[in-house]
Amino acid sequence: MTEKITVAITGNPNVGKTSIFNAITDSKQHVGNWPGVTVERKIGKRVHNDIEMEIVDLPGTYSLTAYSLDEIIARDFIIEEKPDIVVQVIDATNLERNLYLTTQLMELGVKMIIALNMTDLALAKGDSIDAENMQEFLEIPVVSTIGSKGNGIEGLLDAVAGEIDKTQFTESVFTYEEEIENNADELGSILGTDPYFAHYPLRWFSMKLLEGDENIIKKARESDSYTRINEILSKIDADSLEAKIADQRYKTIQAMLRQVCDINTEHLSGSDMVDRVVTNRVLGIPIFLSLMWAAFEITFTFATPFMNIIDIFFGWLAETATNVINIPWLASLVGEGMIAGVGSVLIFLPNILLLFFMLSLMEDSGYMSRAAFIMDKLMSKIGLHGKSFIPLIMGFGCNVPAIMATRTIEDTRDRLITILITPFMSCGARLPVYVLLAGAFFGRDAGVVIFSLYAFGILVAIVSAKLMRSTILRGEDAPFIMELPSYKIPTLKGSTIHMWERGKIYLKKAGTIILIGVVGVWLLASIPAPGSGGIFASEEIYGSTNSVIGVIGVMLEPLVAPLGFDWRIAVALLFGVVAKEIVVGSMGVLYGVGENEASLSAVLAAGAMTPLAGLGLMVFTLLYAPCFACIGVIKRETGSWKWTMFQLLYGTGLAWGSAFVVYQVGSRMGLLA
Amino acid sequence: MNEKTLDFIEPETSVKVLKVAGQKSSRKRILDMGLTPGTRVDVIRRAPLGDPVEFKLKGYNLSLRKREAGTIMVEILE
Repeated sequence: MTEKITVAITGNPNVGKTSIFNAITDSKQHVGNWPGVTVERKIGKRVHNDIEMEIVDLPGTYSLTAYSLDEIIARDFIIEEKPDIVVQVIDATNLERNLYLTTQLMELGVKMIIALNMTDLALAKGDSIDAENMQEFLEIPVVSTIGSKGNGIEGLLDAVAGEIDKTQFTESVFTYEEEIENNADELGSILGTDPYFAHYPLRWFSMKLLEGDENIIKKARESDSYTRINEILSKIDADSLEAKIADQRYKTIQAMLRQVCDINTEHLSGSDMVDRVVTNRVLGIPIFLSLMWAAFEITFTFATPFMNIIDIFFGWLAETATNVINIPWLASLVGEGMIAGVGSVLIFLPNILLLFFMLSLMEDSGYMSRAAFIMDKLMSKIGLHGKSFIPLIMGFGCNVPAIMATRTIEDTRDRLITILITPFMSCGARLPVYVLLAGAFFGRDAGVVIFSLYAFGILVAIVSAKLMRSTILRGEDAPFIMELPSYKIPTLKGSTIHMWERGKIYLKKAGTIILIGVVGVWLLASIPAPGSGGIFASEEIYGSTNSVIGVIGVMLEPLVAPLGFDWRIAVALLFGVVAKEIVVGSMGVLYGVGENEASLSAVLAAGAMTPLAGLGLMVFTLLYAPCFACIGVIKRETGSWKWTMFQLLYGTGLAWGSAFVVYQVGSRMGLLA
Repeated sequence: MNEKTLDFIEPETSVKVLKVAGQKSSRKRILDMGLTPGTRVDVIRRAPLGDPVEFKLKGYNLSLRKREAGTIMVEILE
């Protein structure tokens, strides 16, 4: 009979947990979110020696005192869900700090194994580590691995299989000075008699109480023995004890390291040399900007041919479907609704895959934290973290992957603000709208107008971030305590897996929302308005004032009239929520010139709209509700309809206000008349 | 006396941590990251815009904003 066990993989950030996880599960894995939050949950399966292992890749954590959402999840998983065994992945080139987490895990009394990872890099650096000696000292199995090459994985699994049947727990080898031990014993004996704590490892819980861990004290407060616990805690000076505990953990680690390894401190690592150039006072920013530009160019230039192919393919498919299906309304639903809808989702896929490939290269190489280091000062001025910069820049290409890229931001509040302001970065799909309108109304100055729109978007994003920071998302700035990991050469396998995971997430979630949205809009445009006498989904009805959407447009007209827009623009903007490019196409249909942009431009220039209204329309298109794909991703990444609706209403409100000012103030002042 | 807070230390200087003050949560994090009293810290460089600052300790590189560095009392090592 096969045994089933759960194996949790934990460790500091950047130690190669994911490469170990990928090597063990060999792509038999699935990615989802932890229940209720948007932190990624990766689970894979592996059968080894007749044991069925469910492998859970936990988010990176530096200690079991949880600060970020990632860390709370990692800690709660180990403590509350009690995996059968915990594998801690340790960066062999950075033993001292990595072992700090080990001391805490050992206090939990869980069965654990150490995967001493990146041993090749440690060797290259001139360190020698005696894994056997370390195993003896810690009394837990230590297995050397090189995750990126898949070395040592079998040994690791053997160790898991061997350890799982052991019944005896390893006692913590970490002891503290008398005062701490006495207090811990005293607390332990109180906790031991209270069934409320039966769920927790007592020694660990006592140590956390002594350290003054706020979450733990909150938990203790709900118990019956809290008065007795508090008696002990009030006697001690938690602040000094906390420093002592951390200090003694590190001292024990140092004592062990002296015995088991020889670390070459003289070595000037390649990382330091790279950093001298990359984060240099003068060169740092130009290098950063060039790399950003290159990533951006590669993403969006390489994606274009694939996007064209997808576009042509779906155009052909829609036409074929329309020709083959004899029932006109069904042909229209399948052709103009569903196939066009699926196409409008898939067309972004090359963008998303490439962008995530580039981001993954930057993340895995260690450059991403340098980028945050370089840009932090600038971003902190608007109340954000250095890591918010990259998603915002990526927003100029397409807001959808940009919002997904905010996952690298640990602080939830910073991340939420970044998600909410990213749609103000003018994405590629808004450009056709600008080109049409600026061309029609501003002739030679079109370039300046378009540039100003991009700049205006950035300004709105900055002001919005400051505003949200000081009102609805107020809070202390998250402390900026960030590791700058050593540079590593990213692996093709790692980056490809990462890229494909994102692609799948996008297709699944954003896809369903877009499809529903597209079919919904098609229905509204196809259903004849009551009493109009038209035929469902006929060419005369589709999108005209006799369709439901036309009626809605007419109803909305008073709302947009102060902006200088008529019902046609209202309808085009409604369609534009599906995808911004559609604004141009819909205006073509509604003004009766079809897809011909030159004649549309001529109609507009001839007075169908005033230049001021045209400028207002561009500003409106920039700021109002983003496209369906983007709405879907905002919902997914914030995990909340409330924040999604907030973005839509805030953006649309700003759009209306700005277009109003442009049109009303402009025409009063006689501008552009 | 050579005692200063870490944000006032020039790059390419080595210091020894004396005490970590500051608010509870960032203080604990700073201690967890290894900035315990007695630890040697090398100040490496400031970011191109002057903040944050990069440090080396316990064989790895850490970056702190000046605000966080200002909560750490250190003594300059000659």
